[in-house]
Amino acid sequence: MADQPAVATGTPAHDLQLSRQKAAGRARWGRVAVYGVLILLVIIYLTPVYLTVVTSLKDPAHIRLPTAWEPPRPISWEGYATAWRDFAPKLRNSFILAVTATALSAIMGSMNGYVLAKWRLPGERYIFPLIVFGMFIPYQSILIPLFQFLRSVNLYGGLPGLILVHVVYGLPITTLLFRNFYAELPDEMVQAASIDGAGFFGIYRWVILPLSAPAFTVVIIWQFTQIWNEFLFAVTLTQPAAQPITVALANLAGGEAVRWNMPMAGSVLAALPTVLVYILLGRYFIRGMLAGSLKG
Amino acid sequence: MRRTGWYLGVLAVLVAFLLPATACAQSGELEIFSWWAGDEGPALEALIEHYESLYPNVRVINATVTGGAGVNAKAVLKTRMLGGDPPDTFQVHAGQELIGTWVLADRMEDLTFLYEEEGWYDVLPEDLIKLLSTDEGIWSVAVNIHRSNVMYYIPENLEKWGVSVPTTWDEFFEIAPKLQAQGVVPLSVGENWSVIHLWESVALSVLGPDKWEALWTGELAWTSPEVVATWELLDRIMEYTNPDFASLTWQQATDMVVDGEAAFNIMGDWASGYMSTTLGLKPGVDFGWAPSPGTEGIFMMLADSFGLPKGAPNREATIAWLRTVGSREGQDIFNPLKGSISARLDSDLSRYDAYGQSVARDWQTNRIVGSLQHGVVANERFMNDFATTVMEMFLTTRDPVITSNAAHAVALQAGIGL
Amino acid sequence: METSLVRAHREGASSMRTGKDRLIAGLMLAPSLILLGIFVYGFIGQTVYVSLTDWGRGASLALQPEITFVGLENYRQLFTGILDVRFRQDLVNMVFFSLIFVVACLGMGLFLATLLDRPLKGEGFFRTVFLLPMALSFVVTGTIWRWMLQPRGGVNVLPTLVGLPRLEFLWTTSRQRVLQFNWQAVPQGLILLAAVVLILLGVRAWRRGTRRKALLLGLPGLVAGAYVLLVGRGVNWSGLPFPETHGFNLALIGIIIAATWQMSGYTMALYLAGLRGIPEELREAAQVDGASRLQIYRYVELPLLKPITLSAVVVLGHIALKIFDLIFAMSGPDNAMTSVPAILMYLTTFRGNQFAKGAAIATLLLLLVSLLIIPYMVSTLRKGDEA
Repeated sequence: MADQPAVATGTPAHDLQLSRQKAAGRARWGRVAVYGVLILLVIIYLTPVYLTVVTSLKDPAHIRLPTAWEPPRPISWEGYATAWRDFAPKLRNSFILAVTATALSAIMGSMNGYVLAKWRLPGERYIFPLIVFGMFIPYQSILIPLFQFLRSVNLYGGLPGLILVHVVYGLPITTLLFRNFYAELPDEMVQAASIDGAGFFGIYRWVILPLSAPAFTVVIIWQFTQIWNEFLFAVTLTQPAAQPITVALANLAGGEAVRWNMPMAGSVLAALPTVLVYILLGRYFIRGMLAGSLKG
Repeated sequence: MRRTGWYLGVLAVLVAFLLPATACAQSGELEIFSWWAGDEGPALEALIEHYESLYPNVRVINATVTGGAGVNAKAVLKTRMLGGDPPDTFQVHAGQELIGTWVLADRMEDLTFLYEEEGWYDVLPEDLIKLLSTDEGIWSVAVNIHRSNVMYYIPENLEKWGVSVPTTWDEFFEIAPKLQAQGVVPLSVGENWSVIHLWESVALSVLGPDKWEALWTGELAWTSPEVVATWELLDRIMEYTNPDFASLTWQQATDMVVDGEAAFNIMGDWASGYMSTTLGLKPGVDFGWAPSPGTEGIFMMLADSFGLPKGAPNREATIAWLRTVGSREGQDIFNPLKGSISARLDSDLSRYDAYGQSVARDWQTNRIVGSLQHGVVANERFMNDFATTVMEMFLTTRDPVITSNAAHAVALQAGIGL
Repeated sequence: METSLVRAHREGASSMRTGKDRLIAGLMLAPSLILLGIFVYGFIGQTVYVSLTDWGRGASLALQPEITFVGLENYRQLFTGILDVRFRQDLVNMVFFSLIFVVACLGMGLFLATLLDRPLKGEGFFRTVFLLPMALSFVVTGTIWRWMLQPRGGVNVLPTLVGLPRLEFLWTTSRQRVLQFNWQAVPQGLILLAAVVLILLGVRAWRRGTRRKALLLGLPGLVAGAYVLLVGRGVNWSGLPFPETHGFNLALIGIIIAATWQMSGYTMALYLAGLRGIPEELREAAQVDGASRLQIYRYVELPLLKPITLSAVVVLGHIALKIFDLIFAMSGPDNAMTSVPAILMYLTTFRGNQFAKGAAIATLLLLLVSLLIIPYMVSTLRKGDEA
């Protein structure tokens, strides 16, 4: 806003100064207004977070609707203790699952995107939409055939099966993101590498991959969040030993009389890794999008 | 030296093979599928501990699935069963929720032999055995008993407001305006399923136990004037409830009574467990209870039970589990923690609190009927359509005749009373 | 967005690359295609098949359910069965929810991005706060907002903290309904809508001078429209014997707020990236032309954000059409005022044991999704070809 349109030329010097001052004054008020609106929005956006944290620190007997907004007194850490006790044995599963499945789906998506954006294949104009369509499946509807298939290939019950499922259903969106990102990389670069004698993998390794960082950032953030938070597949396709923490989180709210401090505390704990990812990589997320990776 | 080691190794292997067969018949793994977590988790864990002390060679896998108002557990179980991978045993509401889904599909083993061996015919109420059986056999072992038709209140508050506990709905309608005048909601209700829970208590008071049963055998038509009258009564009662019921969990509806915002609440006896365990109130002193209006002497029951699926990977260990579940000791370990009572008539009442003892006394003397909302009297298809369609029609139109007609059509489609 | 120059280069480059490398390219794609072939199309095929049967009726959970082929019976029931009113209501809910949610997310995201697209102190903080809800799962969001929107507590009592009277809106419990219509009029309505679209396309073609195309589009539109208005008025084509009112349930507002809270950070990031990507020269050029800040925003920046909006619509659209956990956690399974077909499918299948009908609902959901995705795909692909 500082760069107000230039004032018309030809006015006396002091007039110009005056109007500049006016403009600066307006700009200052504009800035104050912008900050005001932003702070108001921040408060609105953080209200649910406040409610969650406050509730998570209450004693279950004090969790009542009329007093929902009041701060906890005394503070009870019982919710966090229980949530941590339930999460601890499943944390390892969650990390293995989220990291492996994110990495695999990102790598495969990157390869698919490279092929679809830079290589001419017969029928490619149908292949791309057919791949992308996969992300629109409502997963509840294919639960039974999915289970039967995994069982028939002996992958039901453990982490490998769950990883496979997340990789496969992650492919549509990762392929979409990478393909759109690579489509905007100049073909001349590919051509030049090709003239230099680089083959399929050479071009990928020396031309495409070094430029892919922004796209990988977006894909990794997106996939990690999705997989970390996913519940339906996790609960259906694994035996207790291989379950991720989302299953434990659901169990915190299970039972007939829910102690609300527990699911709330569990929500806070379960969200920490993804929140951390957003805080650390948030800047790159925007940059990745800027690089065109989520554009049509 | 080396040679001795080798012999010892062989011996160890031999022992390992022979031990399970000689010392204890049961070994291997036993997967127990349930939706018990949270405050109910400890009860199940105690029962499993008891089982493991009896059968130390069995490794129990406690597979709990919760969330989604109980539908998640059903989704996972049904997916597994259709995929040909049954758990060794699974929690299921006793009655038609088991029979209509799993027995009809020929997925369960008849447990008559177990009932005979364990002498359970003599220690369980006849009404209960009837609800667990079909002509072909008896299908599950009830681990607990809950009562559905209970009305809760805070005695101190009632005194303050100058009202007494209504024993009929007519009495309720007399005191309700008085409560409203003091800014008190006469009856607090929670989300959709608790309205069905309320309806079954209301219907039981209108129909009485015989006609309630006749409704489920198809002898009493859903369109008959008596059934229409149940909806008329519910409609009148809903005038005295909180308008935001659909967004409240049953706990929040109970909270309204505890906090003095409402006078009464009708809920199963897990509400007592919530008030005494979570809120720290003393049963009989800080809160009181009575049969829901017009159902004195009738015990509308629901029960969790375990059965023996055909193709259970470890059939022997499962049968041992069922023996434990049905035993006097097992039931008296589980139920005080769960806030329910033992299904057996010979249970040790000293282990239960004042509320549990009162329910157990009624269990021994009352007429027993089954609950609809909690899976005893109707199959899952009916229950589902009743919740998604019939109740919704009632709440939208508030028209008893339209609602009865819809229920009639749903009952036909679901094969109720066929 | 490829120029013909790039295209030409690309062709040249491709031909320069050897056939062996193209084979490798195909092979690298193959695993994904095989996996998606099974996990997406195989399973969809199975779902469609199940939807055409009666799946064992009562004994639906038998190890080998007795399966009878019933054709489109399940679909017929969903659209014309009196007891399946919940499905039709869910369908209407889904359409309203998707439209409003997508528009709200775009609007909110654009607003936030516009605010942030300037040199600000603490920009990183603001951005992180608005992105934060995206890190949560829908189940968690649903649980939180369930508390936020309790009529008896939550936001309704917030005004009392500053001495104002409390709000009385019932949020997800509200049974108020606006924009009501009779389901029996839906076929006529859809045909009229299609007719209007065809006529508009025809008019556009006429203006562009492609007369033949204009007639090809406009005439069927006119005929269909006239037919509906002349013959179809007051006639019941819906197959539904009784009138049935549907509309926008105000209870959905709460769900829309929660979903927008969660996903507006995504659109904000997209638009912010878009705004930052606009070359400074364009703004400067407009400035030199004497455009005000507002005019630059309106006439230079917004039009350049169009492609971003298009892809955001697809991503948000697929979230909206699949929305499930959020509503389930916020208002439970049986609050029909806020329900959508994805929830009904889950209940019908796994609670009600009606696997065939559940599969039919799933198939219809997929068909609706195709309606959204196919035009998008056609437009992006055509762009590629035209270039």
